[in-house]
Amino acid sequence: MTLKVHDLRFSYGARAILRGTGFAPLKKGHLTALIGPNASGKSTLFRAIAGLLKAEGKVILDRTDLATLSPKARLSRVCFMPQFFAANAALTVFDVVMMARKNLTGWRVTSEDTEAVAHALRDARIGHLAEAYISELSGGQAQMVSVAQALIRDSDVYLFDEPTSALDLNHQLRMLGQIKDAIAARKAIGVVALHDLNLAARFADHLILLRQGEVLAEGAPDEVLQLPEIAQTYGVDIHITTGPREDLVVHAYSHD
Amino acid sequence: MTEISNAPTVDAIVRGYRKRAMWRIALVAAAALMLFVTIVLDVITGPADLDFWRVAEVILNPSVATAKEEVIVWDLRLPVAMMAVVVGAMLGVSGAELQTILNNPLAEPFTLGLSAAASFGAAVAIVLGWSVLPGVGALFVTVNAFVFAMGASLLLFLVTRLRGANPETMILMGIAMMFTFNALLALLQYGASELQLAQLIFWQLGSLSRATWPKVAICVVILAVVLPYFLGRSWALTALRMGEDKAAALGVNVNALRLMVLAGVSLLAAVAVSFVGAIAFVGLVAPHIARMIVGEDQRGFLTLSAVAGALILSGTSILSKAITPGVVYPIGMITSLIGVPFFVSLILGQRKRHWQ
Repeated sequence: MTLKVHDLRFSYGARAILRGTGFAPLKKGHLTALIGPNASGKSTLFRAIAGLLKAEGKVILDRTDLATLSPKARLSRVCFMPQFFAANAALTVFDVVMMARKNLTGWRVTSEDTEAVAHALRDARIGHLAEAYISELSGGQAQMVSVAQALIRDSDVYLFDEPTSALDLNHQLRMLGQIKDAIAARKAIGVVALHDLNLAARFADHLILLRQGEVLAEGAPDEVLQLPEIAQTYGVDIHITTGPREDLVVHAYSHD
Repeated sequence: MTEISNAPTVDAIVRGYRKRAMWRIALVAAAALMLFVTIVLDVITGPADLDFWRVAEVILNPSVATAKEEVIVWDLRLPVAMMAVVVGAMLGVSGAELQTILNNPLAEPFTLGLSAAASFGAAVAIVLGWSVLPGVGALFVTVNAFVFAMGASLLLFLVTRLRGANPETMILMGIAMMFTFNALLALLQYGASELQLAQLIFWQLGSLSRATWPKVAICVVILAVVLPYFLGRSWALTALRMGEDKAAALGVNVNALRLMVLAGVSLLAAVAVSFVGAIAFVGLVAPHIARMIVGEDQRGFLTLSAVAGALILSGTSILSKAITPGVVYPIGMITSLIGVPFFVSLILGQRKRHWQ
């Protein structure tokens, strides 16, 4: 199974956000990190792949052109969960993860549903919040709930838009570890938008660098991170060293 | 964030949820039981001196009843009691779904100008003697109110379709209609005779005394069509409360859902208002009561909103007869008087404020 994204174009009025965005087919079981500065089009690209906005170009999953699917069928194969949500509803964490699991079908909640939600909450380490109202959550907890909502769905492609932006260091590592394991175990295709290049280097199998809606570089993290495009794109000096566990460490320095 | 060394097990999480689910069912059942009690009380209260056992006899075995008893129980009290229940449920459901699709805690059929339109329709009938549909006979006040309320909804529906179903447009458009119809109503009131004015005010205050079995049947049929539709969309409506973005990501067609729900709510509210008059409080408060008690999983929320609306109006019906023996007060006045203390106590007592 592969996900091919080819020549996507999308504009808000006169402002072009995606300018022929495309990249080499993404493989199953792999986690790809989508990196790029603010406003480089990461969220728009995710929405275009999920079909939440209409972009020109092709998105092909295996041999299926996703444009031929109904919006609902497309969203059940490509899971994109916005990281934040309106939290003024009287709903508990359990309720909202159950909602994602039921995927708008059937009224009845079976004991398999209940067990599945409980497992998802435990795996996401938010079991203690199961009966808390979503209005009581911190930003980081809300993100963990959103990831649990995504992972409880049985999809082929999972798109995570900055899932760690509100998390502390420990939870960032755990969250990305959980996502990476889930993608590998399900043999699904995972893409995660990240700002932190060190996290990208540590967890991703593959990197895609996006700037102003165009893919500037893609490939294995140790190759892509060495490229001059990275430093140019972010407007910083970058040095890569090897950490104590043979991992890549990205050091970034501002020009001024 | 709390550390997770003492994280609950899967079993504990499941138990926690099951406990709440059972509790939720128990609360809805308790409310339904209370509703049954109020219906019984409603049927046995009234100026004619009939005790509980006699009323039960007349209901279970109409052949033992005198002609007078039969009229009192079967033609007067039972239709009124049933009308209170059904209209209350209709208003509760309308308010619940309007608050959901408009993402606004103050939304109810009246915020969108539906009752103003209905009142104007009634005024056209009472003051000008015009009937918008010919051949409806004595029902022309009701029919006018219904036609105007549906017309207002249709206008709102069309504007929403053309301009996109965002809550702001819908609410502003509704408020614009409310003011327009209120102004037109004032114009008619200004030129009305004292008798007509009295009639109009009486209509607006709301009354269950106009209830008949055919009206009850119409309400039941409409509720039986619209409520299952809403219940069938439970997950989509629940998802909408997490924001449009999230709902869309889960596969909800947000615009289509808003339009369909608006259509259903309009029908419920227009029928309710044209049959019993402008009863504002129920549609606003019943959903809040339901939300505070069972939360906003629509499966429980919608059901309890309906039951709570029915309870408020049924209680109102009893009280309207009980305050001064022999006098039936307009229910529009009473709903607020009995609903508000309960509502305020819930607001003060609840552990978490939503809508912040």
